[in-house]
Amino acid sequence: MTEALLEINGIHKRFGGLHALNDIALTINKGEIYGLIGPNGAGKTTLFNVLTGLYQPDEGKFTFNGRDLFRQKPYVVVESGIARTFQNIRLFANMSALENVMVGRHVRSKASVFGAILRPPSARKEEANIRIRAQELLDYVGIPQHAEELACNLSYGDQRRLEIARALATDPKLLALDEPAAGMNPKETEELKALMQKIRNDGVTILLIEHDVKLIMGLCDRIAVLDYGKKIAEGLPEAVKSNPRVIEAYLGVAPE
Amino acid sequence: MDIFLQQIINGLVVGGIYALIALGYTMVYGILQLINFAHGEIVMIGAMVTISCINFLVGHNVNLSGPVLLTVSIAMAIPVTMLLGYLIERVAYRPLRKAPRMAPLITAIGLSIVLQQAATMIWGKNYVPFPAILPTDVLEIGGASITTLQVAIIILTAVILTGLFLLIERTKLGRAMRATAQSPDVARLMGVNVNTIISMTFMIGSALGAIAGVLVAANYDQAHAYMGFMVGLKAFTAAVLGGIGNLGGAVLGGILLGIIESIGSGYLGDLTGGFLGSQYKDIFAFLVLILVLIFRPSGLMGERVAERA
Repeated sequence: MTEALLEINGIHKRFGGLHALNDIALTINKGEIYGLIGPNGAGKTTLFNVLTGLYQPDEGKFTFNGRDLFRQKPYVVVESGIARTFQNIRLFANMSALENVMVGRHVRSKASVFGAILRPPSARKEEANIRIRAQELLDYVGIPQHAEELACNLSYGDQRRLEIARALATDPKLLALDEPAAGMNPKETEELKALMQKIRNDGVTILLIEHDVKLIMGLCDRIAVLDYGKKIAEGLPEAVKSNPRVIEAYLGVAPE
Repeated sequence: MDIFLQQIINGLVVGGIYALIALGYTMVYGILQLINFAHGEIVMIGAMVTISCINFLVGHNVNLSGPVLLTVSIAMAIPVTMLLGYLIERVAYRPLRKAPRMAPLITAIGLSIVLQQAATMIWGKNYVPFPAILPTDVLEIGGASITTLQVAIIILTAVILTGLFLLIERTKLGRAMRATAQSPDVARLMGVNVNTIISMTFMIGSALGAIAGVLVAANYDQAHAYMGFMVGLKAFTAAVLGGIGNLGGAVLGGILLGIIESIGSGYLGDLTGGFLGSQYKDIFAFLVLILVLIFRPSGLMGERVAERA
């Protein structure tokens, strides 16, 4: 029972003369862990930025969970159920860990801005629930003890976890992780892998950019490979690994 | 001693008002890195609309006590300035969001001139007296005198400042404002509608500005179409003194500036042997501005430009 969650087709993105994404088509199914790999500058992060509404694609089709998200605003994308983390960690450094996660709940809370000022009982209750939910998410990713610490004082690995908790706070259907294992030691990477599997088992589909080939191969159900803005391969990890075009992209062509 | 205490009290009154206005500058700066030079005019229009409302109500023989009359009139003026603040951002700043920083600065100055001129067309170029509807009792504290109006100003300022800090620290809106100030792009990607937050910031700042404008007019018994310029510049100085972008800094800067100005002007005559009188009090604000910009441009509580993602 494979059901498409995200479908993009013929996506192009140009920056001046640079064709950063050239006719990209992808389908991500509900419940899978989908890997996105490719050499540096291949367009992986650009694709992430397009999928999360930070960049507007020049042309193409982009539907998510039955909704057309082509050139939608980022907050609409988040509301539809796509959340992300960043390659270079981007937390709200001067807010506590708990508050960082609470910001993620923004899109799921109903209190209007005037409700926030007048604070009727419903708004107070909602605020309390946001706090409870945020604390639960810190437990979930394994850093409950750091709730009141400023995000900038957390260790690198914990900051990565906090970013995941903040993204999960938006109740995503698709969680897009941009190199979550970057800079982690082998033990942290193992823990991260377990966390990602737990998230998937709880019903969240995962899109993963990663350089750690071992992690990708051991974790992903399917993989797409980008090179110079084009998708050069897609399929099961084993098939992709032995695809000559992929080997060429990573290692170059052997001289005849 | 009495004079000293008197100057401290006067300084607190004026400083609290500066703080209210400075918050308007600093909140906008925190989110957009933009000095909204039209904010002084918002303050002026808040005062003018309130005075017009009072005169209208009094003219129609509405029988209310002074403080109630004033409250009703301020409640009418606040939505006007909030709408104006919203429109200023929408029309003059938002289209220039991605333009070089100089461009919105110029439109800010342009807007401020437009609003001043519009005000002279509506209310004329002369001083508009503040209606004498408030009690003028004077209390004695340790040899210094303080009017009930001044007491009310200090209390009101304290209440508003507390309310604002609760809003910023404890509510969803405040959290979204802080997140947007730290990194608009990330806030956007976490589902915050950044444009709404920016509009709200302008509207809250304008509401505070309207109240401050009325307090200025009540304290000096008059308002004027050009009053926003000097008051705005002083409040801007207060915001810079405290560290622009920092809310606590704006309050500290406002109160400090009020006290410095008040004490300075109180002793200016003695210090210069009568050569300069207290009418030169404005030099203190700008002396402070110059000194801060030279020696501590990040202000008292400013940590220099936190890394922007």
